[in-house]
Amino acid sequence: MTHAEAVSPAFDVAAVRRDFPILDRVVAGGRPLVYLDNAATAQKPRAVIGAVAGYYQRHNANVHRGLHTLSEEATTAYEGAREKTRAFINAASEREIVFTRGTTESVNLVAQSYGRDRLKPGDEVLITHMEHHSNIVPWQLVCQQTGATLKAATIDERGELDLDAFDRLLSERTKIVAFVHISNALGTVNPAAELTAKAHAAGAVVMIDGAQATPHMPVDVQAIGCDFYAFSGHKMFGPTGIGALYGREALLDAMPPWQGGGDMIKTVSFENTVYNDLPYKFEAGTPNIAGVIGLGATVDYLNNLDFKAVQAYERDLLAYGEHLLAQVPGLELIGTARSKASVLGFTMAEAHPHDVGSILSHQGLAVRAGHHCAQPVMASFGVPATVRASLAFYNTREDLDALAKGLHKVNEVFGL
Amino acid sequence: MTGVAADLTALYQQTVLAHSRSPRNFRAIPDADRQAEGHNPLCGDRVCVFLAGGDGVIEDAAFTGEGCAICMASASMMTEMVKGGTDAEAASLAERFRHMLAGAGQPDQTLGDLAALSGVRGYPVRLKCATLPWRALQHAIDRRRQTASTE
Repeated sequence: MTHAEAVSPAFDVAAVRRDFPILDRVVAGGRPLVYLDNAATAQKPRAVIGAVAGYYQRHNANVHRGLHTLSEEATTAYEGAREKTRAFINAASEREIVFTRGTTESVNLVAQSYGRDRLKPGDEVLITHMEHHSNIVPWQLVCQQTGATLKAATIDERGELDLDAFDRLLSERTKIVAFVHISNALGTVNPAAELTAKAHAAGAVVMIDGAQATPHMPVDVQAIGCDFYAFSGHKMFGPTGIGALYGREALLDAMPPWQGGGDMIKTVSFENTVYNDLPYKFEAGTPNIAGVIGLGATVDYLNNLDFKAVQAYERDLLAYGEHLLAQVPGLELIGTARSKASVLGFTMAEAHPHDVGSILSHQGLAVRAGHHCAQPVMASFGVPATVRASLAFYNTREDLDALAKGLHKVNEVFGL
Repeated sequence: MTGVAADLTALYQQTVLAHSRSPRNFRAIPDADRQAEGHNPLCGDRVCVFLAGGDGVIEDAAFTGEGCAICMASASMMTEMVKGGTDAEAASLAERFRHMLAGAGQPDQTLGDLAALSGVRGYPVRLKCATLPWRALQHAIDRRRQTASTE
């Protein structure tokens, strides 16, 4: 803890850790949990867990339809969370915030509601080689449905987007540009505003996968200038099964509903159905009310942190981690972008990522081993899989010391 | 030695490490009369098993692919043991291997080096690493065209 205090007096990691009850867990026969799988899902602070439990214990009712007290309370909390979410990413209006199951559903919504209506043969959708499968497959599907063509800009040996390749692939045929804000497998931070400006100049709309960005940096969709922005609650210390889609109001307004059902209509008859206003047009059925309220509590929690201090702290952790990993024989970092979030992806000369994962798990460490739902990234680096230690602001230098110790143990087992 | 370290030694026995470091029969058989791929979509491990011989006989067995130490060792031992036998003997061995991984008792002595993989029993997630080559073997024997999947 002393290291952290030395780096940034504004960020008290010991206090933050006390907010996350799971960090007290012991695993692997009595070892303290060292959780370094935050890019898969982040842990939840007590305030979020309490907000979800509190909704079920005191306010549980359906939203937007009841006249009774509980329904009014639930609706107020639900819509209050929408306003918090709007402010969190600086959207212009609450009508631009659609609650979804998460980033994946948000991308699918845009691909099907925006893309399917507009794309035609000869049109192109441009993505990148560092996308998560959730920002690849929805575009493949809509391209198959419409006859449009999917293009992907390559990445370089650091794991940075090849801007020349991006520029070359961008043309008047490009109708949609979709890219990840921060790569889950590499940690690369893409220049979102710059890419958006290029795409707009070519006449394309821009969809950004922000799943890994919201836990690590402040996001301002108006400053970026993008048309759509997707993120997930669970990656940013909130509940699973809830996320949001930001869409510019004029675009959302012109898009057809994606799913039909209750809540997304004004009137229904067999002859004619009138759809509801934004954002309800895109929220068919009883929503994940507890999840939305939990997401609102997550935003409150993050707003109470000094994010400049958080970012400085995470930068220090990343540098410290890279320094330690450089001393592990046979270890090769995968993803060394100049602008990078606190993700440590790597391979080891003698041990496959699965073996590394098992041996680390024995020592109480949780990391991810595999392709990280980003097989094109693995292909770019010519590896089938990597080990990924992904950090959050509650991690410490001691966690990274434990990681380094665990990796030396891996080499010991494999005789290196 | 602590309990945790003892567990690790059970998973990564010297026999397993020796096979994974220098896998036997790690090659393609260009004129194989039977071959099949195995794939674990969760982790990306992939093996291709090749069998050559006459009707119901395995004169040569080999594999290619990439995977963890458990998967590579399992494939190496598997090809070593099924070579020179019949399809029926290979299927029987596969059955006894599965039984060992499912059970808690002492490994069957007839399993030879494969007994060294008994440590995988304590790791439900890793069981698929050990069984992936065997799924591909079964597909090759059955002349099934589709990739054998762990999922």
